Amino acid sequence: MQTITWHLACSTDDIPANGGACALIEGEQIAIFNFERRGEWYATQNLCPHRQQMALSRGMIGSTGAEAEPKVACPFHKKTFSLKSGECMSGDDYVIKTYPVKVESGQIFIGFEL
Amino acid sequence: MKKIVVVGNGMVGHKFCEKLVNKDVSKQCEIIVFGEEIRPAYDRVHLSEYFAGKTAEDLTMAPAEWYAENGIRLILSDPVVDIDREAKTVRSHHGLVESYDYLIMATGSGAFVPPIPGVEKDGVFVYRTIEDLDLMQSHARKASKGAVIGGGLLGLEAAKALLDLGLKEVHVVEFAPRLMPRQIDDAGSRVLQAKLETLGLQIHLNKNTQEIVGNGVIEAMQFADGSRLDVDMLVISAGIKPRDEVAKVAGLEVGTRGGIVVNDALQTSDPNIFAIGECALAHQMIYGLVAPGYEMAEVVAKQLTSPPAPLLLRGEHSDDKTPLSEGEGSGVRLFSPFDMSTKLKLIGVDVASFGDAFIQEPNAQTIVFENSAKGVYKRINISNDGKYLLGGILVGDAEQYNMLLQNTKNKTILPPDPEDLMLGSRGGSESGASGVMALPDEALICSCEAVTKGAICHEIVENKVITLDGIKKCTKAGTGCGGCVPMVKDLINETMKSQGVFVRNVICEHFNYTRQELFDLVKIKGFRTYDEVLDNLGHGDGCELCKPPVASILASLWNEMILEKGNATVQDSNDRFLANIQKNGTYSVVPRIPGGEITPEKLIVIGQVALKYNLYTKITGGQRIDLFGAHVGDLPEIWEELVNAGFESGHAYGKSLRTVKSCVGSTWCRFGVQDAVSFAIEVEERYRGLRSPHKLKSAVSGCTRECAEAQSKDFGIIATEKGWNLYVCGNGGVKPRHAELLATDIDSATCLKYIDRFLMFYIKTAEPLTRTAPWLDKMEGGINYLKSVVVDDVLGMGETWDAEMQLLVEAYKCEWKEVVDNPELRKRFTHFVNAPKVKDPNVKFEPMREMVKAGEWK
Repeated sequence: MQTITWHLACSTDDIPANGGACALIEGEQIAIFNFERRGEWYATQNLCPHRQQMALSRGMIGSTGAEAEPKVACPFHKKTFSLKSGECMSGDDYVIKTYPVKVESGQIFIGFEL
Repeated sequence: MKKIVVVGNGMVGHKFCEKLVNKDVSKQCEIIVFGEEIRPAYDRVHLSEYFAGKTAEDLTMAPAEWYAENGIRLILSDPVVDIDREAKTVRSHHGLVESYDYLIMATGSGAFVPPIPGVEKDGVFVYRTIEDLDLMQSHARKASKGAVIGGGLLGLEAAKALLDLGLKEVHVVEFAPRLMPRQIDDAGSRVLQAKLETLGLQIHLNKNTQEIVGNGVIEAMQFADGSRLDVDMLVISAGIKPRDEVAKVAGLEVGTRGGIVVNDALQTSDPNIFAIGECALAHQMIYGLVAPGYEMAEVVAKQLTSPPAPLLLRGEHSDDKTPLSEGEGSGVRLFSPFDMSTKLKLIGVDVASFGDAFIQEPNAQTIVFENSAKGVYKRINISNDGKYLLGGILVGDAEQYNMLLQNTKNKTILPPDPEDLMLGSRGGSESGASGVMALPDEALICSCEAVTKGAICHEIVENKVITLDGIKKCTKAGTGCGGCVPMVKDLINETMKSQGVFVRNVICEHFNYTRQELFDLVKIKGFRTYDEVLDNLGHGDGCELCKPPVASILASLWNEMILEKGNATVQDSNDRFLANIQKNGTYSVVPRIPGGEITPEKLIVIGQVALKYNLYTKITGGQRIDLFGAHVGDLPEIWEELVNAGFESGHAYGKSLRTVKSCVGSTWCRFGVQDAVSFAIEVEERYRGLRSPHKLKSAVSGCTRECAEAQSKDFGIIATEKGWNLYVCGNGGVKPRHAELLATDIDSATCLKYIDRFLMFYIKTAEPLTRTAPWLDKMEGGINYLKSVVVDDVLGMGETWDAEMQLLVEAYKCEWKEVVDNPELRKRFTHFVNAPKVKDPNVKFEPMREMVKAGEWK
C-alpha cells in the first residue's frame, strides 16, 4: 500500500487563475497550477526536462484533443506536458513527475508518495 | 560500363549531371566532367548579384563534394582542347586523355567582342565569369565613369553591375534604335529607357562605337557620328559567341555564324557526340536562355538512359520539313522548338516578352496600355478573330506574365474583354487565382524544370504536399528562375479549395477563426478579457497557441495593462514577466532609450543598477542597453530604481514596438539634412507600447547615407532635403528584406499619419507572428496596393485608423511603473510563492571577462 504525505504548499490566492506558480517543498521545486476554468488543480515538477530549466510553473496552461487533456507549455521552447500523466505531448520521450493536490479551507497541499 | 564525358561545367553542363544522377545513371556509367573555370558551375543568370553582396559560394549550383558523392569525376581548371573522334578520346589542356562512349559538349558561349580598335586596352572588360567580375571590381575602385556596349539583356545586367560597383556615371551604348531589341518593341523600349534613366543610367541609342581611345588605358569612346564619351571603364556585352572551337577542329559541323549543329535529338554530326546549351545550334538558332538549355540536358540525359540507343536518328533535323513528333518511332524525347518567352527583373524593372511578341496588324490585333508616369507599358497581340492570345510585351509591371504566357501556350479562349488579362484584376480578387484553375493539366507551370500543372496538382491531391517548399522538393518547380512561384502558390491554395481540404489559418483548435476575424469580432463585441473571448467566440480551455494572439489582439485594441483582469496568465512567457527570459531562468531588462539618446545621469543610473544586482550589460543592436541576469524576484526593485530615474519599459519582451534607431542627423553631422534624433524620439514615444502581431522595429536616418539602417526596418524614415522618405516592410533576421518606398518627401505630420495607417492596417490584418515583410508578400497587389490603402485611402479607413491610433497613443502607460505601484501585481514576481525571499538555487552564472554569463544548459 502506498502512503501519501501531504505537505502544505501555499494558499489558493497565491496561484493565479488559469496559471501556475512554484512552491518549495522539502527542498523540491513543485509547479502548482490553478486550472480555474475547470475547477481543477494540478502539480508537477518545476523542472522542464528538455533543457533542465526550473520554469514549468511560469508556463501557459490549456488543453488539447477530444479528451481535452490538460497541459502546460514550458516558456523556453514550448514543449508541452500532460498535467495528468506528465507525458511530453510535443513528440519527445520526456515524462515529468506529477503530484496529487488537495485543497482544504483555502490551503493547498501537495502529496508526496513514500 | 559506358563512359560519358561532359565537356564544360556551366549551368547546363551541371544540370545534365543532375539529370543523370536523378535517373540513377551515375551508378551504371562512368561520368567525367571537364571544366575550364576554377570553380564548379555557378548561377550565371544571377551573376550581377555578386556585386550586390552574394558570394561565389552563394551562386554555386552544387559544391565539388556533390560530384564526388554522386560518383562523378569533376576536373576543373582544365578544359578539353582536343577530340579524337576515331579513337573516341578527349585530351585536356593539362594532357589528360580520357576515352568516351558518349561525349557531351556543354561548352556554352563566350562574350562576342566586336572588332573595334582599342578593345585590348586596360579598363575594357567582358561580363561572363566570376573572374571577369573580380577584374571589374578591382578596376572599378579607381573608376568613376563607366559604359556598357550593348543594350540587350546582358548589357543592362552589366550596367546594373557598374551601378552596384559604385560608379558615378553609367552609360549604355546600343547600336540598334531600341533597348532589348530581341524582347521588346520601340514603345516598350521608350518606357524602359525612361525608367532606367530615373535609376541613374544614361542611354545612347543608334550609337556605333568606332574606336576605344586611350594610351594603354581606356580614356574615351569615339562614335561613328563624331561624338565622343569620356569613360574610364567599359564593359562589352554585345552578344554571345558559341564556344565551338574544339568541336570545329574535331571536324564536327558548325554553323556559319558559330554553334555546333545538332539534330532534334541534339546529336552533332558525330552520333556519339551531343551538344547542349549555348554551344549548340538547334533549329538553326542558339537558345541563349537557361530554360531551353535545361530542356536540352533533359533530352540528352533521357536518351542515354532509355534504350534503344539513339544512333538511328541521324539526319532528322527539324529543317528537313518532316519533323518528328515527340517520341515518334524510337520512343525518345526530342528537342522541339522552344518557347523563348522570358521575364526578368532588370535593375528593379520588370521586363517580359512572350509568345509572338512582335506580330502586328494585319496579322493580329494589338492592345496597348501605357502609363509613362509609372513607367508601365503592356502590349498583347490577339488573333484577328479575337479568340486567342498570340504574345505580348510587359515593361514595368509583369505581374500578369505567367497567366498571359499560359493563356498563349494553351490557346485558351479569351474572355470578351481580353485587356482584363493584361491589366490584372481591377476590383475583384477572384480572377488571378481562378485563372490558374482554368489552365489545362498539361500547362507548363515551371518552364525551367518542365513541371506541368498536372504534376503539381497530383502532389497536392494525392500526396498531400501543401507547402511551397514541399512542392519545390518533390517536383523541383520553382527552383530555377523562381518566376513561377506565385503561380505554384496559387495552385496549392486553389487546388486545396477545390478539394474541400482548404484549411483556413484558424488560430488553433479552440477558435475557428482567423486572427483577422477574431480581431474584428473582439472589437465589435468589446471584449476585454481572454476568458470573455474564449467563452463567447471559442470553446474548450484554450492553449499556448491561442492565448498570446488573443492577448495581443486585446492589447492592440484597448491598450490596457496586460497583467490585469486575469489576462496575466494568457500572456506569452516574456510578456507575463515584462522581461526576457534567458538561458538560466533569469531575465533581461531593457529600459526604453528613445532614439538612442541618453543623458550622462541616466547612463550612471543604469551602471549603478547593474552593479547593485550583478547584471551583465550589453549595448543592443537597437541602440539601447540590455541588463542580463535579473532574478524574477528582483525585477520590481530594478524597475523601481529605473522608473525613479525617469526610465520606462522598453517593451523588449513584447510583440510590440521595440526601438526607433537613429543617426545623429543635422544636429551634429555635417551631412545631415534633418534632425533625425528628435524625430526618432517623437516616433518612438508615439508608438511605444503598441502591441502588434509581431515585433516592430524602426529607424530614422538624417540623410541619404542611411547610417541608421532604416531600410532594414518594419518602418524606416530617411531624411531628404524636402522632408522624409518613408520605407516599410523591411527586416533583418533569418531572411533579411529591404524595406520598400511608400512615400517621398513628406513632412513630419504626414509621415506620422502614414505610419499610423500602415500600422493599424498591419495590426488588423496580419496573421499571428507575421512580420510586416511576409505580410506584404501575401498581400494581393503588394506595395502598390499598400500605397493605395495608406496614401490614397482607397478603403476609406484612414480617419477611423487615425482616431483609433490616437486612442492607443493616449492610453499608453508604462507597464513597469504599474507593477511597481501595485502591491498585488508585485506579489507575482517571486520564484517561490511560499518563500518569496528565496532565489532559485538552480540559477547558475559563470564568470566571463569582468562580468558573468548564464550557466550552460544541457
